[in-house]
Amino acid sequence: MPGKVAGKATPMINVILDIVSWVLILSGTFFVVTGAIGLVRLPDVYTRMHGAGLVDTLGAALFLAGLMVQGGFTLISVKLGLIIVLLFFTSPTSSYALANALRSQGVRARATGEDLPEEKEEEGSTSTPS
Amino acid sequence: MMFVAGTAGLAAAIILGLVRALLGPTLYDRVLAVNSIGTMTVLMIAVLGFLMGRPEFMDIALLYALINFIGTIAVLKFFRYGDMARPGGRHIAREGGGEGDADD
Repeated sequence: MPGKVAGKATPMINVILDIVSWVLILSGTFFVVTGAIGLVRLPDVYTRMHGAGLVDTLGAALFLAGLMVQGGFTLISVKLGLIIVLLFFTSPTSSYALANALRSQGVRARATGEDLPEEKEEEGSTSTPS
Repeated sequence: MMFVAGTAGLAAAIILGLVRALLGPTLYDRVLAVNSIGTMTVLMIAVLGFLMGRPEFMDIALLYALINFIGTIAVLKFFRYGDMARPGGRHIAREGGGEGDADD
């Protein structure tokens, strides 16, 4: 691996980089798995979007940052950074498009408790579903 | 070893996403699950490149991130307008008297 050759001169920094990479990759995996569990278990489309957003932003960013630490100062890390930037711009855009499509098709959020009348009032005043 | 742990977690997450994509009640659940599976696949390709010692896989991961975004937008547009060739945008759809586009 080209990243490990660069840090082999001093073994101490190698150990530190390995620990940082472990922490980043494991926390990224934790967020990805948590988002996937939320994708299955949450009750509504809007709340499932919350779980998918967890996967797309923090899970992917931490995971790829851990891989960047492992990659070192090479072209691989540049490409990983490009993937991070791309995900940070495209994930909110597709999330917005999905929410816009949901709302224009008249899919209501499943509100509970005190949120329900306020939500209904807002829906009735602003939208006229066809 | 950390790559193996990351790959195992990603595989479990992809299986959970597949469960939601298979039994999602509406179309939008499936679109959301497929988008999420695509993001996890990008991560999976990246970590598999490190695991197999061939980091040239990063190009494929980058390309897959692009395709994933475009695919999600295309599927949403197709199911909203019925075909791909129709120009998007709210004002154009309202001008043409589009079907089912009378939001806000």
